[in-house]
Amino acid sequence: MTITKRKILGTIAYTVPAFFALVIVAIVLFVMTYIVIGGWDSLTMDFLLGSPEEGMTKGGIFPAIFGTFLLVVIMSLAGVPVGTFTAIYLSEYASQKSILARLIRFAVNTLAGVPAIVFGLFGLGFFIQFVGAGVDKTLYNDGMLHWGQPNILWASLTMALLTLPVVIVAVEEAIKTVPRELREASLALGATKWQTIRKVVIPNSITGMLTGGILAVSRGAGEVAPILFTGAAYFLPHLPSGLSDQFMELGYHIYIMATQSPDVEATRGIQYATTLVLLLLTFALNFSAIFLRYRLRKRIIT
Amino acid sequence: MKKRFRLSEFLAEKLITATAFMSFTFIVLIFIFVFRETLPIFSAPDEIAATEELGEQETYGNIVLTDAERAVEEKQNKSIAAEEGVTAKNLAGDRWQPISGKPKYGLLPLIIGSLKVSLIAVLLAAPIGILAALFTAAFAPKWAKEALKPMIEILAGFPSVVIGFFALVVLATFIQDFFGLEYRLNAFVGGVALSLAVIPIIFTISEDAISAVPKSLTEASLALGATKWQTALKVVLPAATPGIFASVILGVGRAFGETMIVLMATGNAALTSADPFEPVRTMSATIGAEMAEVVFGETHYNVLFLIGSILFLFTFTLNAIAEIFVRQRLMKKFSGN
Repeated sequence: MTITKRKILGTIAYTVPAFFALVIVAIVLFVMTYIVIGGWDSLTMDFLLGSPEEGMTKGGIFPAIFGTFLLVVIMSLAGVPVGTFTAIYLSEYASQKSILARLIRFAVNTLAGVPAIVFGLFGLGFFIQFVGAGVDKTLYNDGMLHWGQPNILWASLTMALLTLPVVIVAVEEAIKTVPRELREASLALGATKWQTIRKVVIPNSITGMLTGGILAVSRGAGEVAPILFTGAAYFLPHLPSGLSDQFMELGYHIYIMATQSPDVEATRGIQYATTLVLLLLTFALNFSAIFLRYRLRKRIIT
Repeated sequence: MKKRFRLSEFLAEKLITATAFMSFTFIVLIFIFVFRETLPIFSAPDEIAATEELGEQETYGNIVLTDAERAVEEKQNKSIAAEEGVTAKNLAGDRWQPISGKPKYGLLPLIIGSLKVSLIAVLLAAPIGILAALFTAAFAPKWAKEALKPMIEILAGFPSVVIGFFALVVLATFIQDFFGLEYRLNAFVGGVALSLAVIPIIFTISEDAISAVPKSLTEASLALGATKWQTALKVVLPAATPGIFASVILGVGRAFGETMIVLMATGNAALTSADPFEPVRTMSATIGAEMAEVVFGETHYNVLFLIGSILFLFTFTLNAIAEIFVRQRLMKKFSGN
């Protein structure tokens, strides 16, 4: 091979991958710019704090923002403790060879790969038709639906299940960054295992746990498929007042407004602005997670 | 020295173990409760296996069908579901018309739809993701690396409904004008949009795989006089192949299970055709669009759960395959050292 040929080939081998890397950057910037431009004008305080009006053709999206907020709060309350405890079990208590630890690891991996819509089916089949209907039968038994129908509790629990792997992986990663020496020092001073976990491991990995929680919230706020038939509503005149109420949600609002609304073209502004709100929300969440993780990594190095 | 019994220690350990066990319980529950709702379709459990096989290897459909058909016919008298017209033959048909006087539950157009859209998505996402990963791991200067990684994280963080909306409003019009298409929403638009969701997966796992290639290999190649790109293409890339393959498989799994993007961008017409520019209805989109309207316990409801089970099994299998490949790569790495 001559030198020039080698050089040309080398340039190609370098430029083509670089070009594709650029393509990704271009895609991200293009999508974001387009949505920001499209939604910016409609994004006002009235829009953020108002309710939909005139058959959803005007007005704001406050109920959807509120519903999303409620969804991720209940989801976190249910999912983050379970995820954190599971991660603590996997990294502190279980030996890597124990069958239970392996089973749990397998389950977490599987859970991470299950399509979001299947979680929705599970929410419907288990939470609504099995647990909810069961509660109705035993507690009320008046032939009416109380819990055996889509509501915010079942949607949140379904979402908690979906985000469980995110929490577990992030918390485990955080716990791994706690140096062995710290644990050993604590144990050598006579502290018990649980004391060591509580006073040494958890405080030192709190940033990572926070990252896990934020990533889970971001994922939960962005997913729509699991709540399509477990609790999200097209339009509600008032905010949910209890756990057995349905709710409006940002992502579902975008889907409904863009595909099912009577006059899709007339509400484009609302659609863009809602998308922008959701995008900014997940962006802010992801950004803070990235920032926290960056600080965490820096700590490991120093 | 004898360990003193402490109640708090004991309780903490038991509580944590029990909580950890919950995540295992839930995966079992998901299996049970998704599959349970499909049972009324079949009079005997062994027919489920037969039909699910049908779904995954449609080319052999005719052969399997005759067996399954006979089995169903034998039990037809007892089966309520069979009276409503759900037989293996019906499920293997090429018409999806669940809401009509004589409902037809042919899964073929839905399976073809899912495969078509996923194929387009992965064909687009794989080269972009893998080559960008190669660039990041092997060539890129530090500043480019630090600029690219957050970009990928942002892309991965895009909610699928946002990508779906973008595809529906912007991409569909652009593609229609560019190719002069008859239908605005079609499999191609869905595939392009879906590739945006698949790229981060393929990129991240490929990048991990490429970065994990031992330094000794690259250094040996460079020491022998190979250039940087020769090393990258002939040493690093082949060594990272299992991981890259796993990334593509996981990408297929993601594409297959994704709902909101395809629901919004593919047009949702249950057609059986190979033309990428015709509208399609995928399996996931069918569940998403129809589940909210069906009545609990009727055949349509159960068939939607059957579709969900097929999705579940398919992605489960793909993840298991990917896992095996990643593990092989790790073993290779360790034996290499």
